[in-house]
Amino acid sequence: MKKSYQSLEDNPTNNMIQVIYRHLASKIPYLGLVILLTFSTSLSAQEGDPVKGKTIFNTNCASCHNLDRKMTGPALRNVESRLEDEQGLGRDWLDKWIRNSAGLIKSGDAYANQVYNEYNGTAMTAFPQLEDQDISDILAYTAEPAKEKVVVDEVTSGGGGSSEGGISSKLILGALAILFALLAIALILVRKTLNRFAEEKGIEAAQKDKSLPIWKAFVQNQFLVLVTVIFFLLASAYFVYGYLSQIGVDQGYEPVQPIHYSHRIHAGDNGIDCKYCHSSARVSKHSGIPSLNICMNCHKSIYQVADETQQEGMDEYGVDYNAEIQKLYKAVGWDEAEQTYTGVTEPVKWIRIHNLPDFAYFNHSQHVEVAGVQCQTCHGPVEEMEVMYQHAPLTMGWCINCHRETNVNVEGNAYYTKIHDELSKKYGVDKLTAAQMGGLECGKCHY
Amino acid sequence: MKSVFKIVVVLMVFASVVSCQKNSRPNYQFMPNMYEPVSYEAYQESDAFPGGVEAQLPAEGSIPRGGHMPFEIANTNDGYQLAKSSLMSPLDSTQIDRLRAGQLYDIYCGICHGKKGDGKGTLVKREKILGVPSYDDAGRAITQGSIYHTIYYGKNAMGSYANQLNEEERWQVVNYVLELKADLEK
Ligand code: HEC
Ligand code: HEC
Ligand code: HEC
Ligand code: HEC
Ligand code: HEC
Ligand code: HEC
Ligand code: HEC
Repeated sequence: MKKSYQSLEDNPTNNMIQVIYRHLASKIPYLGLVILLTFSTSLSAQEGDPVKGKTIFNTNCASCHNLDRKMTGPALRNVESRLEDEQGLGRDWLDKWIRNSAGLIKSGDAYANQVYNEYNGTAMTAFPQLEDQDISDILAYTAEPAKEKVVVDEVTSGGGGSSEGGISSKLILGALAILFALLAIALILVRKTLNRFAEEKGIEAAQKDKSLPIWKAFVQNQFLVLVTVIFFLLASAYFVYGYLSQIGVDQGYEPVQPIHYSHRIHAGDNGIDCKYCHSSARVSKHSGIPSLNICMNCHKSIYQVADETQQEGMDEYGVDYNAEIQKLYKAVGWDEAEQTYTGVTEPVKWIRIHNLPDFAYFNHSQHVEVAGVQCQTCHGPVEEMEVMYQHAPLTMGWCINCHRETNVNVEGNAYYTKIHDELSKKYGVDKLTAAQMGGLECGKCHY
Repeated sequence: MKSVFKIVVVLMVFASVVSCQKNSRPNYQFMPNMYEPVSYEAYQESDAFPGGVEAQLPAEGSIPRGGHMPFEIANTNDGYQLAKSSLMSPLDSTQIDRLRAGQLYDIYCGICHGKKGDGKGTLVKREKILGVPSYDDAGRAITQGSIYHTIYYGKNAMGSYANQLNEEERWQVVNYVLELKADLEK
């Protein structure tokens, strides 16, 4: 309840209602509802239901209109009263406009032509199917007071809280370090004083008897020395081999990308198909990184993440998602206020992660389209990755293993019928593996 | 004392070696001469081109091989109306591949328009993108020409899909959308 109270206070046009509210605040808990009702009746001529209006608005109008932002079309908050005040246009004009704006423009209506030209002749869709009641509902929805302030407050305070958390944990660590240092010094001091006591009292510290020290005994036993030397050689050979064979293998490589782009949010939570963005995986060697116009297919409309998403990003990953979207806008040269491209662009320098050496050839369409292998088989649980990393080693052994184990997908592939029949007769098997098809021949991958 | 000191030194060396292995840097390469390409790779940086980007658009007016003719209709309201009334699919009934068209539709359009074309895809259900119309919307009365024009250039809040689908695939999808529309109108 506090929140809605605040939002009303922020809005200077609501003084009247605010007074009523003050009077009743302590008594009636359902006040918000009452206010809502008074509002919609006082501002729109016909009774409209803002809740229904929201649904209709979201399905029909929201692709071009936002209540508080210019999009393809103008911001629509309080249109009815705005048009009434500024242009002297009534509800019947709105009815005509919404049902058939093109008709109204053709009929020579002055204001209709003015906005049409203002928006560079973008045509608004006609909605002949909307009933009078539907339009009243929409207008009631647009007449609702804005309540964004509260949201913004919450986000910023959340951000402040998390950075405070960072500072305090650093403080704790520092304090701990100092504590340990003090402890160590204290121990040394205690030891020194004890020693001094012992000297003064003339007590000799207990001496070990001077029999052969263990290492001398060890050196004299030549067999033992030989065994240990061999052991050490083998062990170090093992480690050296391990070290050498991981040279050039980038498993786990996880660079910081210029835009914090999260596969978890896109491919996981929102279920966007990999090939929507990595489109060329269907047809070419490369999967490709999507060009920015593909991002803008969605981000023209998604200029901000939902509040829960933003909160999660701040708390769990320390990333301001909305700022990342602004980076995208900057790179692609999108002017949010004007809803146009400025033409000033800069390439995003994504850092390439998976990269085979130049002497090995790998083709995505062969594996994705022809063999029907899922992306996740090779790239791991991408839909859970907040930051992309290399899941597989991408060594030759890895390729070969899979070719030995995976059957060729011959179903519905006329190209394979003949060779498949001949080869399966030759090997005496029902199902051919990629290796039996020739997937182990050096020349398939190295040329 | 001495042995403690030694152990500490060994531990510190070990720790510094381990902490040096950062995942944000690529690993060392042994004699990278044959690892690094001599020719240009896709998306490489290069001084030879404006902006340092190796990936460049083809020259204005160039036509790719394989019979893809340029699309003559303009990206304007008039162009849209022209396409809506006159543009026809070049595919005949034998060339229509419903299975592939369905897969393409689910990848590129289903996320917003829904698998059934009712305007209720995942992003709409999660309220990320609003105002996606159903294909049977009476005020829009879409036709094959208008769908093709929309895929090619986009329309208002919807972007262009011309670079993700080639000409033949676009017509396959158009055909699939018309089928969905017919199903919705039933
Ligand atoms: C295809 C995009 C589109 C859709 C969908 C759309 N509009 Fe519009 N609307 C516009 C554009 C663009 C303008 C500016 C005038 C012009 O260019 O035609 C506009 C102008 C208006 C205006 C005049 C506002 C002013 O300040 O003069 C009103 C009112 C309006 N729209 C209401 C609606 C309603 C209600 C709906 C949903 C039922 C809707 N619009 C759906 C694009 C759209
Ligand atoms: C919304 C667009 C989008 C979707 C959907 C998407 N990706 Fe990506 N992908 C990107 C972008 C942008 C990058 C480059 C940034 C990065 O590496 O994080 C990328 C990078 C990658 C890389 C690393 C490329 C390299 O540099 O080696 C892999 C692998 C990958 N994606 C796999 C997938 C898989 C598998 C899916 C489906 C589960 C998927 N992507 C879905 C946009 C997308
Ligand atoms: C199919 C639609 C779609 C496409 C294409 C798309 N995004 Fe997104 N993007 C979303 C959605 C949905 C969200 C989450 C919004 C929310 O949670 O409220 C999002 C969130 C984000 C965020 C904030 C969260 C994060 O991941 O850090 C960034 C940054 C972002 N997108 C960048 C990109 C980039 C760069 C591309 C192009 C490679 C892209 N998007 C393409 C739908 C899309
Ligand atoms: C058979 C294993 C395999 C499958 C399946 C696979 N990839 Fe890859 N991917 C690789 C390898 C190997 C590389 C490195 C290629 C290179 O350097 O030439 C790679 C590289 C990439 C890259 C970055 C470099 C490039 O080629 O553009 C992206 C992005 C990518 N994969 C995405 C995907 C997506 C999306 C899918 C699913 C449609 C997929 N991959 C399926 C093995 C696979
Ligand atoms: C997930 C299993 C898998 C992995 C991993 C894999 N492949 Fe394959 N690969 C296949 C299958 C299955 C085929 C057979 C495709 C077909 O039907 O033609 C194939 C076919 C090929 C072919 C064509 C062979 C021929 O006979 O024409 C080449 C080349 C190839 N793979 C290269 C590679 C390389 C290089 C790597 C490692 C970077 C790799 N593959 C990793 C499953 C895999
Ligand atoms: C399925 C594909 C494939 C086949 C078949 C294949 N290789 Fe490889 N090979 C690779 C890949 C991928 C690498 C790169 C591994 C890496 O970067 O760690 C590689 C690396 C190598 C290297 C190491 C080069 C270096 O400097 O690290 C040699 C040598 C080699 N291959 C020889 C062969 C020979 C000989 C054959 C035939 C018996 C063969 N390969 C068959 C995929 C293949
Ligand atoms: C990112 C979400 C999104 C995706 C993906 C998408 N659309 Fe749309 N589509 C929209 C929106 C929003 C509109 C409403 C545009 C407007 O305001 O007129 C629309 C409108 C349409 C229309 C009606 C245009 C008219 O004539 O009025 C058609 C047809 C259409 N889309 C087809 C497709 C096809 C085919 C695909 C796949 C290639 C697709 N859409 C992918 C969001 C999307």
